[in-house]
Formats: sequence, structure tokens, C-alpha cells
Amino acid sequence: MDMMKKVPIREQDPEVRAHNFDEVCLGYTKEQAMLEATRCLECKNPFCVMGCPVSVPIPEFIHKVKEGDFDKAFEIISECNTLPAICGRVCPQESQCEGKCVRGIKGESVAIGKLERFVADYAMEKGKRRPHSHEKNGKKVAVIGSGPASLACAGDLVKYGYDVTIFEALHEAGGVLLYGIPEFRLPKEDVVKKEIAMLLHMGVKIELNTVVGKSVTIDELMDKEGFDAVFIGSGAGLPKFMGIKGENANGVFSANEYLTRSNLMKAFDENSATPIMRAKKVAVVGGGNVAMDAARTALRLGGEVHIIYRRSEAELPARKEEVHHAKEEGVIFDILTNPVEILTDDNGCVNGIKCVKMELGEPDASGRRRPITIDGSEFVIDVDMVIMSLGTSPNPLISSTTKGLEINNRKCIVADEITGQTTREGVFAGGDAVTGAATVILAMSAGRSAAVGIHDYLCNK
Amino acid sequence: MYEILNAQKLTDDIYSFVVKAQRVASSCLPGQFVIVRSHENAERIPLTICDYDRENSTITLVFQVVGAGSLRLSRLNTGDFLHDVVGPLGCESELCNTDISELKNKNILFVAGGVGTAPVFPQVKWLKEHGVDCDVIVGAKTKDMLIMEDQMKKYATNLYITTDDGSYGRQGLVTKVIEDLVNIEGKHYDMCIAIGPMIMMKFCCITTKALSIPTTVSLNPIMVDGTGMCGACRVTVGGEVKFACVDGPEFDGHLVDFDEAMIRQNIYKTEEGRAYLKEKEGDTHHGGCGHCGGEQ
Repeated sequence: MDMMKKVPIREQDPEVRAHNFDEVCLGYTKEQAMLEATRCLECKNPFCVMGCPVSVPIPEFIHKVKEGDFDKAFEIISECNTLPAICGRVCPQESQCEGKCVRGIKGESVAIGKLERFVADYAMEKGKRRPHSHEKNGKKVAVIGSGPASLACAGDLVKYGYDVTIFEALHEAGGVLLYGIPEFRLPKEDVVKKEIAMLLHMGVKIELNTVVGKSVTIDELMDKEGFDAVFIGSGAGLPKFMGIKGENANGVFSANEYLTRSNLMKAFDENSATPIMRAKKVAVVGGGNVAMDAARTALRLGGEVHIIYRRSEAELPARKEEVHHAKEEGVIFDILTNPVEILTDDNGCVNGIKCVKMELGEPDASGRRRPITIDGSEFVIDVDMVIMSLGTSPNPLISSTTKGLEINNRKCIVADEITGQTTREGVFAGGDAVTGAATVILAMSAGRSAAVGIHDYLCNK
Repeated sequence: MYEILNAQKLTDDIYSFVVKAQRVASSCLPGQFVIVRSHENAERIPLTICDYDRENSTITLVFQVVGAGSLRLSRLNTGDFLHDVVGPLGCESELCNTDISELKNKNILFVAGGVGTAPVFPQVKWLKEHGVDCDVIVGAKTKDMLIMEDQMKKYATNLYITTDDGSYGRQGLVTKVIEDLVNIEGKHYDMCIAIGPMIMMKFCCITTKALSIPTTVSLNPIMVDGTGMCGACRVTVGGEVKFACVDGPEFDGHLVDFDEAMIRQNIYKTEEGRAYLKEKEGDTHHGGCGHCGGEQ
């Protein structure tokens, strides 16, 4: 084998998968995983671990994979990562662990994410339970939201012995893992639901259909329902729009709405009662992972799909793998392009999107080169659906109904980076609700570190 | 799961459910709504809360069959369970946050159209319980489609019923009653709350604007999550985009872009209509929906 290259991973054929919602990546076999593991140099001072937000002991678990001791590998990962089957699939490894891999200097980095996924899937298939032993300490913690930050926080708190209840606004648990990330990237029944079932098995309780801030407030949870501490992991759920003309036309959706219909409500399935618009030609505005998810969903529902992104391909914030997969499946990338108006027919339905061409100027505050409009470059793309994927901001439902909870100018909850402590005693927060839209692994990491913060707080109370 | 303690058919296509929903019943206020799913895999349907009983932890939902989802919902009976009920969602009526003595000095008019009578009811009841008088106009197409007359009578200071065809009460649209009350019967109103079909609210607002009566409407656009996440319910109010689920559902009616709201409400009409006919007629459906080609 060529030690410079990753062991190729099995994937569904692009032409086939562009028409189904089954998972694209099929994962390594035992043999492939063990072979890939031999590529790890087992560095004494592993940079990969530094690149991991939750510091998984990567060389150690890979060493166990090399030996074929997958059970042990799972135990090692589980010490640091509550949701390995999910992180192995959705972490931006190229900018984290794999980005720092010494192998990557001359050749391709070790496929750390794929190995993590292999180990987690192996354990799940074997029905292996995460090792845990805990005595109940009689204290109650409420966890708000059931996305990655909350699941990770709840998983650790229950291990410390707390009586943990997750409050979820929707009718199913999982947060963005459920409504945001599509089935073909993160299978719901086989991965997300199993990870959540594992938490339930560990003793975490989940109360669905409960909107904290509406159904019950944090004050009530603490004063009337006896919760000793609260973790807010409610995410960043409010979709942004551009504020351009025609944006309220029929056929313009936020990526959140489009993906929620398809993922949570399963509108892609003909047996689902929830409708989803099927378009001939779709424009997805934005270049992040969510934009890729929306584009690839629209493609599977049968349309020609264009990604419209105002910077160049190098600046696309999406994971490389997602961009690669989207291209393979036939998504067309209209880069250095920015919409200025959405055009409609007499019935108020979208029939085109007017755009301008852009060029890159000097770097802006984000360090990326600022896109500048090229004068007189207006042109129209005929589309019958537009999906806006411009990012999200935190929901004010909780901050506006909780006394003493400070938010910053971006409406994010102010919380200590290490402990997650907010300005309100006994209330902690982490994930997108604090940082604004980020990644699953960062949210998970914040959830875990807040679990330590909560534990310290309650031990000293 | 949320038990239906009492299911009733109010008219040919309007139903009332009393549902056990502890968290909603203990925290809801007039003007708020819930989202329900009748079964697993069913649609999420937003429904206004028509009444609530904190002691018994129940809420009353009144809804009209308009599509496949509500048809399926209507087939549930007393003793059955709703798969999901979430809420209360949206902001409470502005009335709840207004000083009571201020409200007592105001002449308040409610205008309810069809199933819109249901969301008007808790506000009228709330005012009465706080010692505030109000007049209520209830409009229906015909006598058989009128709902909640007795309950409304109990709490409204004056109740004016009108039917489009004159089969009961006055004859004509609610807008005519507003004009008659103000222009002919010498009534004066400081504020109006109009709830009903979008088209009714639009014309109510045109009427009240001409009469200089500030008017609040409650919008019922398409929604998915109801917590501000999807943006499906966006409406333009005074040139600004608002999300009805978190910023509303009540807005200043004189600022709402009703034409846009009506277009947006119809987005899934064909798809929804198709599903409705399939559900209603099942194997007996042989065309007429304009989509399946069965008529040929």
C-alpha cells in the first residue's frame, strides 16, 4: 500500500446516491480500519490531540485499532467523546485533528475521523454500552435543548451522579443532529437515536414538547421544580435572511425550514404528511455546511441545484468533504456571485434570482478577502426555489424570560469559557447559544466543560 | 401523549377538543397557541388555545378541517391521545400586559370570523374576569357554521351575530356590522381586535382604518417548529419582516401586508389539497382535485 495515502473508504456511487437519502459514506471494514491504523506514526507529542476540541487520545485508540482490540479503542474514545459515532461523521477533521497530523505534511493525514467512526459503529453494532458506574447524589440538573452541547453535558452529569432531565422543544430529541444534518450524512435511526438511547440507558430523562421560556421558565425550574442547576444548550436557531427584495416570495425558504421539513418531518418520504416543495431549479445561497446539506437535499428531491456564494471556492466555510461530495453529485457552484433580488411571477412565486458578480479585495475582519461587487455585472439565473443559508443567531426565548441572564450584542448568552457559568447563579450555558453558530464538536466540548463547571459549583454549594 | 378528555363536533367541519396538557395549561395566556401532532409522522399543526383550566390542567382547542392533517386530527375521539402538544407558543395578547384601569376606560370591540371565534373567546373571557367590558361581533357564513354562541354570550357585554346569508342574526359581512355600529348605532370604539380568515382581517382593517380605530389582528401563517427556528411564518409588518410564531401572532393590523400573507398561506395549497382528497376519498377518489388526472 501507499503509506502516503489514506486507505480509500467505501462510498455510494455519486450517480446512485444523488437519488436516495441513504448514507453516502459506508465506512471502513475491520481490515481496512486496521490497515489505515498502521499509518499512524504514534507520535510521542501528538499534534492531532491538540487539534481535537475534546482531546481524544488519538494515537492510543488508533494503536488499539491496529491491534484489532476495538473494544478497548472504544473505551479510550469514550473517556473523552460522548458522541463518537456522530463526531466521526460530522467533525471538520481537516481543520482539527487531521489538519495537525504529521503524516499530512508530505502525504495525506491519517483518516482519524473515519477510524473514530469505525470504532463507534463497531461498538454500537455490538450493543456495547459506554462504561459507567455512578451513585446518585440526589441533586437535580435541568439541561435545555437536546443538541450536541446538551447531550454531552447530560452524559457527563449523569456519570457524576446527578439526576438529569433534558427539556426539548421539538417532538423528538437530537436538536441540530436531527433537524439540521441530513440522513445521508448522519443516519437518524442507526446513529443519532442510538446515541440518545445510550444516554437514556445511563439514566438521563428527556421531556419532549417543552419550550423553556414558554412552557416553563428557568426561574420556575429552579424555584418550583427543585433543579439545583441549569445548563442552557439551546443552540443558535434563528435563521438569517438577506433583506433583499422578493425574499418573502413563495419558494424562498430558510435552510432551517427546508432541512427541518426534510430531516425532522421526513418530508422526503412520500408517507410523511408534511409537504416540501419540489423544484426544477434551485439556488442555495451560502457556502457553509448547512448550505451543502440543503443543496444535496434539493438535489435528491429532484432538481438542478446551484450554490451561490459571494467569495471564491477557497473561502467556502463548509467541510472539504461536503464540497467534494456535493460536486460529485452534480451540485453546480456559482462562486463570486451575490444575489441582489429575487424575482417573482404574477402569483408571487419565485421565477428567478438576480445576482451580481464579485471580486476579492483586501482581507476583512474575518481574515478572508472581502468580496466587492463588480459594477454592471448583473445577471439573472432562472430558478423556481431559493434556499437562504446565511447562518443563524441564538433564540431570545430563554434570555428574555430569565432574570439576571446577560447576553452580548450578538444576542449570545454571556458565559465563562471554561466553566460555562453565566451571569445568573446556578445557570450555565454552552454551545451555539454562547458562541453563535459553530460546530457539533465545539458544542460538545462546551457541554462537557460546563458539566465540570456544574459539578464544581454543586460540590461547593 | 396527551389525552383528549372531550371531543365534540361543533359544526360540519369545526371540532373542539379538551386536552390534558399540564405545562401548557399552567402557563398559557389568551392569544397564545400550541402546535399539535395527531399521530407519529403527522404534520405539526398550529392551533390557537380557545380556553384553559389551570386547576384541571386542560386546554380547549377548536379547529376547522382545512387539509389532510386537520382531517386526520378530527377523526380522534374522547379517550384518544394526541401524540404531541407543545406550547404555549407566541406572545400573549397585548391586553394581558395593559393596565386594567386603562382597559376599563376603553371601548373595546372584538370581531370574530368563523373559526376565529375560538381565539377571540379567551380574550373576552379574560377581560370579563378582570372586570372589563367589551363588545363582540361574530360572523359566520350561515347559521349552521356559527360556533360558541352561548359561551360568548356569557362574557361579552354586547354580542352581535351576523351571517353572510342572513340565516341568523344580522345579515352581511362583519365589516358591515362594524360600520353600522359606529355610523348608525352611535357606538364609539377605541380599539378593535379582529381574528378570522386572512381575507376577513384584511377588510376589517380597511374598515377600521377608515374609522380610525386602532386594530390588532392575529395571524395564522404556515409554521413548522413554532419557536422561531424555521422562518416559514414570516410576515411583513410596517415594512419589517417578523416571525409570527415568536414576534406575534398578534400584530398591528393596519401595518400588516395582508396580500403577501395570503399568497404565502397558499404555498402548499395544491400539495395539501391533493393529500386532503387522498385522505378523504381514499380509494374512491377518482378525480376532481385537478391534479391526479382521474377526471379524464
